[in-house]
Amino acid sequence: MSLLEVTDLRVSFPTADGVVQAVRGVSFSVERGQTLGIVGESGSGKTVLTQTLLGLTPGGQISGSAMFEGKNLVGLSPRAMQRIRGKEISVIFQDPLTSLHPLYKVGWQICEMIRSHDKSVTKKQAIERAVELLGHVGIPRPRERVNDYPHQFSGGMRQRAMIAMAISLSPKLIIADEPTTALDATVQAQILELLLRLQQESDTALLMITHDLGVVADIADNVLVMYAGRAAEKASKRDIFYQPHHPYTKGLLESIPHSSASNDRLKPITGQPPSLITLPPGCAFHPRCAYVMDRCLVEQPNLIPVADAGEHKSACFLPTAAVGLTEEAEDLRKQTVEMGRHAQAVKVAEAIAAAPESEGSVIA
Amino acid sequence: MSTVRFLIRRILTGIVVLWLVSSATFFLFFAAIPVQDVARNLAGRAASPAVLQETINYYGLEKPILVQYGHFLGNLVHGNFGNSFYYQEPVTTIIKQDLPATISLVIGGTLLWLIAGLAVGILSATRARSLFDRLATVGVLAGISAPTFVVGELLILIVYTQLHQHGIGFIETGYAGITSGVGPWLGTMILPWVTLAIVQAAVYTRLSRGSLLDTLGEDSIRTARSKGLSERRVLYRHAVRSAMTPVVSQLGIDVGGLLGGVVVVESVFGLHGIGQQVVTAITNGDQPTVIAFVILAAMFVVVANIVVDLAYSALDPRVRIS
Ligand SMILES: Nc1ncnc2c1ncn2[C@@H]1O[C@H](COP(=O)(O)OP(=O)(O)OP(=O)(O)O)[C@@H](O)[C@H]1O
Ligand code: SF4
Ligand SMILES: [Mg+2]
Repeated sequence: MSLLEVTDLRVSFPTADGVVQAVRGVSFSVERGQTLGIVGESGSGKTVLTQTLLGLTPGGQISGSAMFEGKNLVGLSPRAMQRIRGKEISVIFQDPLTSLHPLYKVGWQICEMIRSHDKSVTKKQAIERAVELLGHVGIPRPRERVNDYPHQFSGGMRQRAMIAMAISLSPKLIIADEPTTALDATVQAQILELLLRLQQESDTALLMITHDLGVVADIADNVLVMYAGRAAEKASKRDIFYQPHHPYTKGLLESIPHSSASNDRLKPITGQPPSLITLPPGCAFHPRCAYVMDRCLVEQPNLIPVADAGEHKSACFLPTAAVGLTEEAEDLRKQTVEMGRHAQAVKVAEAIAAAPESEGSVIA
Repeated sequence: MSTVRFLIRRILTGIVVLWLVSSATFFLFFAAIPVQDVARNLAGRAASPAVLQETINYYGLEKPILVQYGHFLGNLVHGNFGNSFYYQEPVTTIIKQDLPATISLVIGGTLLWLIAGLAVGILSATRARSLFDRLATVGVLAGISAPTFVVGELLILIVYTQLHQHGIGFIETGYAGITSGVGPWLGTMILPWVTLAIVQAAVYTRLSRGSLLDTLGEDSIRTARSKGLSERRVLYRHAVRSAMTPVVSQLGIDVGGLLGGVVVVESVFGLHGIGQQVVTAITNGDQPTVIAFVILAAMFVVVANIVVDLAYSALDPRVRIS
């Protein structure tokens, strides 16, 4: 049994402008001790998807199920949810500057979490544990720093403190919501390394949210690519990097930054993500897709296995053979992506579809 | 250490402010108004020239203005505001006698409006757009727009008169010092406190509601929830704590200006506090008493500001006083 099994989760927010369909039927599972990377552009629903697991999306209308160790997290009573938050599943948020309470000492905030789940722990014991944890995540002189306020910590140190808090009760799952995005490059690498080390030590499962496939390459076992509230592609890290099927995944791969130190993308995906209130008909990616076919405009692709093996799934009508492309076709595809000419893209796709054997081959 | 340095610096600047304020009022009253007018005010309209001259001599009004000023400052340093022109006794005696009523009003009123304002504000924020929230909004609007004397008179009419008609005499007007028993003291203070609270709490309701709604949306509150804390703890230990800072600043401003603001309440309820006293002093042309009141009010502002800055730095570790 998987540690976490999410099935057809849907979350929408009624607003004055209309219903925001933030998550539209996503299924995935996380195994004990494994890392699932969730990737997608800003607004694709990554945060809503994971916060919903902990009941942290007030105002959202939720359906579907999320089985965590035999309990359905959707519709759990507030009491039961409180016992899971922090203890079984903990969260590391994106912005360490604002995630910690500015008016309380860092150590106090860690102690508060420890003691709220185990009343038998004394203040002294909790402080000792906080010192130990801060030392463990690499904060120098933890016995002194435990009495510092968040503003006395650098951004990287604050994220380390958040991580210390997240591991303090040895949770079974940690949700890390873009934990390095707000940090500068060298600190990013250190924090990722720390997360990886801690996870290997403790056999904790990790849900790693990021919009950067580079981060996934460093840390994930499996990857869920999200687009406009749905899963576009779901596969092992290896398949995502060597045999991407969905054009959006390919777009993401092509837009990995040159190096983590610079922000200029190789080639950003053209166009904007759609409004989640009025979604385009058919495949939500079609307005930006270089391969768009007639069918894509009217029919919504389901997430189905790319090959018979079944673990690699993609929500795209392109035939399986298009998983990998011949050099020639790849060039043509890149050309079309650049020019953004849909007509030509359709031709390419059709050519591939007509003669999958001759045109397509796997570039693993 | 930095707190001591802060206090010394602020007390020194406070003294300069008080000196400027007292000098300005002194010259306003003694240099800008002709001596003859002052004397006539004191001796009465029908006073003969001889009597006027006698008055001038008696109060030393004929001396050069700078000599009078030196005398005034010398007295001030010793905590002496001179003699009242109207009552033949030191101004300090009058203040000592009237201060308890004013202090009772200010402290009790502030506590009441703070508690009421915060309670309604917090309830409104946690039940935003509920019936309670809407009713509170209407109440706030009424409180903000109602003049103090109207609220006071209404309370007298409704509570005081009604109770007395039914033979219940707990609520009284006037002022009963706390030495005459807590009961009678409360009986005279409750309506003035409520008046002050109705007028002032409105601002605090709005302020704490808005500030709490803001903080409830902050990342640190989401973190607090994700830690598995109870909703109660998230609200009071995390959100309300952050939301207090603007309330404290506002309190500093309001309490500082309160000495001027209590005049109306004191008059409506006949509390005989220093606010009411100064109104009498103005009509009587009793300059020393008026000057004393102005200095006292300035002192109040200075002290309130220091206290608020200290409270601010105690509330928020990011604020460093120096
Ligand atoms: N409480 C809410 N009410 C209305 N809309 C919401 C709410 N929360 C999220 N949304 C919308 O849901 C969509 C998905 O948001 P989400 O934060 O999950 O994106 P994300 O993938 O995490 O993006 P980012 O990379 O910027 O963090 C967005 O369009 C957002 O505006
Ligand atoms: S080819 Fe069609 S189904 Fe596949 S991503 Fe493009 S638009 Fe969507
Ligand atoms: Mg997000």
